[in-house]
Amino acid sequence: MSTTETASAALGELCSIPALLARNAKRYGMQAAYREKEFGIWQAWTWAETHAEVRAMALGFLVLGMREGDYVAIIGRNRPALYWAMVAAQSVGAIPVPLYQDAVAEEMAYVLDHCGARFVICGDQEQVDKVLEVQEKVTCIEEIAYLDKRGMRKYDHSHMNWLEDVMREGRAAETRLGAELDRRTSALTLDHTCVMLYTSGTTGKPKGVVLSNRNIIVTSKNSSEFDKLRPGDEILAYLPMAWVGDFIFAIGQAYWTGFCVNCPESAQTMLTDLREIGPTYYFAPPRVFENMLTTVMIRMEDASPLKRKIFHHFMGFARDVGPKLLDGKPVGIGDKLKYGLGNLLVYGPLKDTLGLRRIRVAYTAGEAIGPEIFDFYRSLGINLKQLYGQTEASVFITQQPDGEVRSDTVGVPSPGVEVRIADSGEVFYRSPGTFESYYKNAESTASTKDPEGWVATGDAGFFEEGSGHLRIIDRAKDVGKMADGSLFAPKYVENKLKFFPNILEAVVFGNDRDRCVAFINIDLTAVGSWAERNNIAYSSYQELAGLKRVLDTIQEHVEQVNESVAQDKMLSGCQIHRFLVLHKELDADDGEMTRTRKVRRRIVEDKFADLIDALYAGKDSVYTETEVTYEDGRKGKLKATLELRDAKVFGQTSARMAAE
Amino acid sequence: MLDTQSDDGYITADGRKIGGVAMEMRNITLRFGGVVAIKDISFDIRWGEIRTIIGPNGAGKSSMLNVISGFYHPQEGEVIYKGYKRPKMKPYQVARQGIARTFQNIALFEGMSVLDNIMTGRMHHMKANMLQQALWWGKAQREEDENRAQVEKIIDFLEIQHIRKTPVARLPYGLKKRVELARALAAEPSILLLDEPMAGMNVEEKEDMCRFILDVNDEFGTTTVLIEHDMGVVMDLSDRVVVMDYGKKIGDGTPDEVRNNEDVIRAYLGVAHD
Repeated sequence: MSTTETASAALGELCSIPALLARNAKRYGMQAAYREKEFGIWQAWTWAETHAEVRAMALGFLVLGMREGDYVAIIGRNRPALYWAMVAAQSVGAIPVPLYQDAVAEEMAYVLDHCGARFVICGDQEQVDKVLEVQEKVTCIEEIAYLDKRGMRKYDHSHMNWLEDVMREGRAAETRLGAELDRRTSALTLDHTCVMLYTSGTTGKPKGVVLSNRNIIVTSKNSSEFDKLRPGDEILAYLPMAWVGDFIFAIGQAYWTGFCVNCPESAQTMLTDLREIGPTYYFAPPRVFENMLTTVMIRMEDASPLKRKIFHHFMGFARDVGPKLLDGKPVGIGDKLKYGLGNLLVYGPLKDTLGLRRIRVAYTAGEAIGPEIFDFYRSLGINLKQLYGQTEASVFITQQPDGEVRSDTVGVPSPGVEVRIADSGEVFYRSPGTFESYYKNAESTASTKDPEGWVATGDAGFFEEGSGHLRIIDRAKDVGKMADGSLFAPKYVENKLKFFPNILEAVVFGNDRDRCVAFINIDLTAVGSWAERNNIAYSSYQELAGLKRVLDTIQEHVEQVNESVAQDKMLSGCQIHRFLVLHKELDADDGEMTRTRKVRRRIVEDKFADLIDALYAGKDSVYTETEVTYEDGRKGKLKATLELRDAKVFGQTSARMAAE
Repeated sequence: MLDTQSDDGYITADGRKIGGVAMEMRNITLRFGGVVAIKDISFDIRWGEIRTIIGPNGAGKSSMLNVISGFYHPQEGEVIYKGYKRPKMKPYQVARQGIARTFQNIALFEGMSVLDNIMTGRMHHMKANMLQQALWWGKAQREEDENRAQVEKIIDFLEIQHIRKTPVARLPYGLKKRVELARALAAEPSILLLDEPMAGMNVEEKEDMCRFILDVNDEFGTTTVLIEHDMGVVMDLSDRVVVMDYGKKIGDGTPDEVRNNEDVIRAYLGVAHD
């Protein structure tokens, strides 16, 4: 823990977010701290103004009787005043608990009850309604404040306030309560809780992750220095406030570094706002980058032939040269000139349209990103990198340093973080950002974090020889062993398959078997538009999925995946020997997927046991009947004869180290 | 000033205060040649209420709305608006009397952006002359700023920020309806007329529209008169309902009163007229 102690010592008085705010108000007083687009115009607040607003709000909270150690729930979309509410709550010694705004009332009830929130700060009427509904069961809530006045006139205001009124009362109470507020703010130490975030938890009830000031501030300091963030940087805060990433980026790093947080006008205007702001530091899950790329490609299809030709020519060129330039590798003078020309004609305008022109650092995380998508942005000269993290680590576990960026790793351990791989393959970490505990859940805390501070991530991975980068292969509980004892990581292979636009879903089987087989779902939009272009008639998913040419294409994809899997010494056993294209799309209505579109492996395995047996038995075709549920709840039967195919596998001999 | 029923209104079930009479229809009869569209109808509209006109197809609802707006001038009877008998008016006078409307068939400028469309609703708030407008000078500039600020408030209120700069032609039906409402609101009307605001909408769009109508009434206190087919919507939304059939008024009262009215039930179940 020595790194933690030295880090703490270096922080001096900066041991809470309000303390950082006070420093910023002095040091960067006239620079923009927050911007929000409202009524069509970007409204800005400087650090000095922010400091005054937060102080007024904190005094207002004192007037309302907020106590030290109270939990204050905050629900709403990203808006400056809600961020201020978090810092104001910290200033009076309370603990902010941001909640997901799209949570249904029941989920909200659980969390509000669990943390015993006395105060709830709501964004608008919709959130207030939910809280009022919950209040019948959850008795701890005493005061509600809301930000948007609209539609609120008729409500009973005996324990409800407009946030603006709270601040007005706070300003009036400066003389009376100012000293008390100063006392409480200066009493904060690194050990005080900074924030409590509930993990959405795919299984069981959400857990409240308690993060201390030390966790947040040391992590923010380390990660800001890692990426050389500086005052004057701009971010767009559009991801849920209840998510740890948003807290680190828009509060932790923003307050540590003193950069500006921009809040979009509404969820739908995000892309326009992105373009208007032109952030220099940006985070988005792979899905967002994927959607952006699809939009670009669709628009290019509609462009004039000349433009299309120029676009494709320069994009092809950029794919070779762009990443090299970004990584600072040697590039010939001719190529440099041509890249410059491409920048003038294609890359520059494109980045401008996407709002990514000024980006110095961009991150993606959460799930695997397709190499083509990743390379597209890198070849444009956008410094897109990957990181690996979780709430319990205050985000950062590993991240990619500039110049060492690749699509298939998640980088090296972040500064101050130790990572080790257990014998089971599970990744463990220990860092200054490691959470204090799960709130009111000593049992879970003990099973996740051992006495020495090591935390189990639940993910399996390994360090690549040579580069020292971590690679995550799968959830630890899904990783198994093949019959010959080699590693079986189905999701690793499935992700590679899913990167092909033609493949929507893939399920790989092979645990305790001698070889792997796979079910494939084709992507009806992608394959359908291919069929349309080639004048191939089809009437249903089932018919399209059974076409010989479709199967040929899928077979090519599978073999390409096998080739790439074979290059991986540890995972070469996971090559797909046989596959079939399923006659129906996996569907949440049939219980084959979760509502968030994650495949339920066990259920698929049981339901299609006959198909798996046929694949392993080496048959060429199989007849099957499957029960399906229609959208109106009626049940029906799908009958089909499926073609089973062999895919070429690649021997260990041709395997090269992926780390070359 | 003519005498109107000068009582002080009433309190609705959900506690809103409804004011005195804003407009009174007295024995209105409207003819198109030999066709009698409206026959001897009388009712009133009070400040702050949501007043609905319902009736089967061809009952004369839209004609009634046009009489209210002043676009049609009835052959018989009189309209008392803000305490004065209303004379026959020219269209621009109609527009300036503080009554704004939306149309059954959307009547927006398809090629213009949402913002520009809504700005047209502010037209009669612009007093600068042509020279000032052309030179973007003095009053013209000041007015544009004020009007834009007002329009932005409405855009924010109706949650259409994301389509601010989108040409109207590219919008789906439900959003176009909302833009039309926005344009009507931009005129800051004292009476807002909505001609079948939910026609052709799906359930979600209807719910949104309902909420906006209620919010507008709540927030700006706008008196709203609407024509609607969807009975569920009417009953939830309205303070008082006028029922028309074949140009005649067959019912008038709160939704509950109307629902139990024998004549209304007969008209809606389609009993033969002889």
